[in-house]
Amino acid sequence: MKPGSVAVVGAAETTEMGKLPHVSNIMLHADAALNAMEDAGLKPSDIDGVATAREVPTEIAHYLGIEPRWVDGTSVGGCSFMVHVRHAVAALEAGLANNILITHGESGRSQVGMTPRAIGPGMLEGQFQLPYGVMNPPTMFTIPVLRYLKTYNIPIEKLANVAVVQREYAAMHPRAYMRDPITVDDVLNARMIAYPFTLLMCCLVTDGGGALILSRADRAKDMKQKPVYVMGVGEGAETTMISQMKDFTSSQAFRISGAEAFRTSGIKHSDVDHLMIYDAFAHLPLYGLEDLGFCNRGEAADFIWERNTAPGGKLPLNTNGGGLSYMHSGMYGMYALQESVRQMRGVSPAQVDGAEISFCHGVGGMFAASGSVVFSNVAP
Amino acid sequence: MSDQKPRRPVPKPTPETQHFWDGCKNGELILQRCKDTGKAYFPPRPFSPFTGSRNVETFKASGKGILYSYVINHRAPPNFILEPPFAIAVVELQEGPRMMTNIIDCEQTPEALELDMPVEIAFEHLTDDISLPVFRPSQR
Repeated sequence: MKPGSVAVVGAAETTEMGKLPHVSNIMLHADAALNAMEDAGLKPSDIDGVATAREVPTEIAHYLGIEPRWVDGTSVGGCSFMVHVRHAVAALEAGLANNILITHGESGRSQVGMTPRAIGPGMLEGQFQLPYGVMNPPTMFTIPVLRYLKTYNIPIEKLANVAVVQREYAAMHPRAYMRDPITVDDVLNARMIAYPFTLLMCCLVTDGGGALILSRADRAKDMKQKPVYVMGVGEGAETTMISQMKDFTSSQAFRISGAEAFRTSGIKHSDVDHLMIYDAFAHLPLYGLEDLGFCNRGEAADFIWERNTAPGGKLPLNTNGGGLSYMHSGMYGMYALQESVRQMRGVSPAQVDGAEISFCHGVGGMFAASGSVVFSNVAP
Repeated sequence: MSDQKPRRPVPKPTPETQHFWDGCKNGELILQRCKDTGKAYFPPRPFSPFTGSRNVETFKASGKGILYSYVINHRAPPNFILEPPFAIAVVELQEGPRMMTNIIDCEQTPEALELDMPVEIAFEHLTDDISLPVFRPSQR
């Protein structure tokens, strides 16, 4: 890709987020899409490409009255939207579409009109993981962490601290679900979910959605919003079975995706003003900081403890409060992208002064996949 | 015993995993090995994940390993044999591959579940066709 060839021209979250039993799953997609089109000054008839995950793009396009000539249904978990951005860049550069809409909606908490997800007994997961009592992400995504903590001799307090620092950012966001300050003791004394993870080290379960619209930069400059340029993109994958992750202290998908985003953008780590790392659980920012190369292996917990990622620190991280405090409908990647776009537009309630480059990194499944996007508000 | 409903999700073998479950039924852990690299792998498949070659063989593994990592789940899965809190663990086998499991005959506490402690395989009867590999602390 050519850095800056494509820009975000529309971005929005759903009108409401949180507990929304009065809105169905598909309407969350549509509400976010309508808000993003309004943000971009576009109508459904202007959109000719649609991407979404878990739901099929065909259904979303038809519901919105869009007649697409390009669809992408890549569904690799919560980072699918980062991956969609990468695929959309290729499609827009190739002229396969002009205005691509990426939608996410999820009635994660209220479960209104959700597509059921099931693991069959003959699938590899069904044969080799399900019989042992795994239920959902808190019982799987968390499994590598004791090995990580032992390898680098990291005390549990420093894992808990990830949630504490992120709550400071959530407190600045009127739309964040959890905004009251917390301490390391609060985190450690919260209800145990899956040792060593207490409730406050696990993401929220809420309802909501978000949408992005991407166009080529030459078209974007005449549109309603100041363009947010896509400078680089990456994606990666490893395994859908957490027990088969090669290295319990590092994610292959993160390393591949992150390196590719740096390579395609041509930026250095020191160029990054603002960072988002999808935090379904408190350990993900640690793996992310290390696998993306912002910290040496085993040093991320101290990096956060020393307040480098906190408000006023040199590398502000998860400035919406993250999946731990802002919102998490199930596929959080879209909300990380929204905060990166807000930061690049200069309108985040936790705005990083003068930020010009935002790195947005997502995870899919349980370390199964990854997607990364580098944004800038400066035309290349 | 067979008319009792197993209180775990019961694996359904596929043609490529049948030999593994036949082994479990006979009280044996059957792994596969890439004959080009000599490396063992899991889960079962009739080709090497290291080279893509179909030049592979099955062999009886030692059933010994170490406790590699785990969580202690505090919530009850529906109709599940183990009462929470119970550990969902990954063991690293002597032959190299790792597998998910439960640790039996052991207190389900961080103190008792020490990382790197030696474990050995046991088989839990689920149905006439399926016995599930689980692990217990090794007898020293």
